[in-house]
Amino acid sequence: MKESVARLQGVTRRYGKHIALDALDLVIPDGGVYALLGPNGAGKTTTISLLLGLLTPDTGEATVFGRPPGDIASRRAIGAMLQVSGVPATLTVREHIEQFSGYYPKPLPFAQVMARAGLEGLEERRFGRLSAGQKQRTLFALAICGDPALLFLDEPTVGLDVEVRRRMWSVIRNLADDGRTVVLTTHYLEEADALADCVGVLSRGRLAAEGTPAQIKARVGGRIIRCSTALDEAVLRALPGVRGLRRHRTQVELAVDEAEPVLREMLARDAALTGIEVTGIGLDEAFLSLTAGTREAA
Amino acid sequence: MFAILGRETRLQVIGVWRMPAFAVPTLMFPAMFYIFFALLFTRSPGMHMPTWLLATYGVFGVMGPALFGFGIGVAVEKGEGWLRLKRIAPVSPLVPLCARTLMAMLFALIVFVILASLGAAFGDVRMPRADWIALAVTLTAGAIPFCAMGLAAGLWLSPQAAPAVMNLVYLPLAFLSGLWIPLVVFPAWLQQLAVILPPYHLAAIALDVVGSKPAESLVGHVLVLAGFTLAFLGVAAAGWRRMRES
Repeated sequence: MKESVARLQGVTRRYGKHIALDALDLVIPDGGVYALLGPNGAGKTTTISLLLGLLTPDTGEATVFGRPPGDIASRRAIGAMLQVSGVPATLTVREHIEQFSGYYPKPLPFAQVMARAGLEGLEERRFGRLSAGQKQRTLFALAICGDPALLFLDEPTVGLDVEVRRRMWSVIRNLADDGRTVVLTTHYLEEADALADCVGVLSRGRLAAEGTPAQIKARVGGRIIRCSTALDEAVLRALPGVRGLRRHRTQVELAVDEAEPVLREMLARDAALTGIEVTGIGLDEAFLSLTAGTREAA
Repeated sequence: MFAILGRETRLQVIGVWRMPAFAVPTLMFPAMFYIFFALLFTRSPGMHMPTWLLATYGVFGVMGPALFGFGIGVAVEKGEGWLRLKRIAPVSPLVPLCARTLMAMLFALIVFVILASLGAAFGDVRMPRADWIALAVTLTAGAIPFCAMGLAAGLWLSPQAAPAVMNLVYLPLAFLSGLWIPLVVFPAWLQQLAVILPPYHLAAIALDVVGSKPAESLVGHVLVLAGFTLAFLGVAAAGWRRMRES
């Protein structure tokens, strides 16, 4: 059993009436990439904010390196990339990176930061004149420039094109292979699959599933059937191979192991069934199937 | 520690220097007004206007960088999420705070040097060297209460509201404190109102330096400014706590 570098124990966090995290227990093991996977609003960013000490739990406890998060000693061993909409626009890439490097006791050499973030040639460019992807990479550079043992990346590759995304993946992977711990949030199953040693699936502030990418994929495989049907919800749930169900008025969404046997059965029972659409399971649908149990209980 | 503060301050200054919307008005407005009202219109009933206005436009020059640098700068960085990234970086929040204050003080000093050069060259402003230095020190240190005021505003206001509010505060505050036109020509109730405005007190100290005796004691003005500073810092601290919790 590996040591843990960060953990949440029974953490609940509310925003007004909205419960962002619901008695969440989470253990981030030392070393490797831990991906927090979930749709928008699942509590990914809140989890990161709590582990960084930007937020305090309403109940429960957050610890990083065995201490409450946010003290300066642990901050020296942490880098983070947050969802930031702007950075002082009149400073250059070099100025920003040198400033952040200066905060850390043993920063990476500047040239290495630029190379890892894929920013070569943009040293003297002002932040405000960078493209969206270049801005994103500058924020990544600020996260890694201190050579931290623990790295938090909140949706690091959102909005990046495929090639840049893959390049960032390989940098993240290398950091983890060098013994660092990376916690990243994403809503791309593909990203978690490509990078993570361990995936935690968050849904509605709870950990709906946790395991290796292969284990998670095995659980979320399958198909989605959408159609309009007069069939009763209880009847649909009772069909063999149905994992979860969601209904908007007459529209029904079914998460199933295999589409054909379920459809055959449905068509046989409901002659008026229309608007059939079958798709592969996306992440959103994965949550439908993973969280079907909790939803029924609620 | 000092190396970090030094770099932070340098980048803070460079950052706003490259921002024409900040640098041009904060540096040029006081100079422009001083040229119009002190050097071109020199009606001086009993006092030497270029000297008198050097002190009060110096105070006006102090207000701009402090109120805009903090009020708008902090509000924008808060809104963008940049402040959150700074909070988790391994650096005390006092470092960016001090850097921004030093930036405001440097700009106040630059404004003073511009005004002083104009006054000495074209307005026949003459003072002993000690008084020049005392005025420069007064105005530079005088940036602190306005930094505190701007910080409080920046932490409480949204980035959309901050520029409008700071502009609405900046000019009336200067006018009502008697920085442009001496308070003696104001109606009595407006003169009394000035006592609750921080620039009035800084102007009283600056005017004392250039030889215009204030009505109240100098120590009183310093204490009032210190009180304002603490009060604004209290409001800022409450804003910081509110921001942390949301």
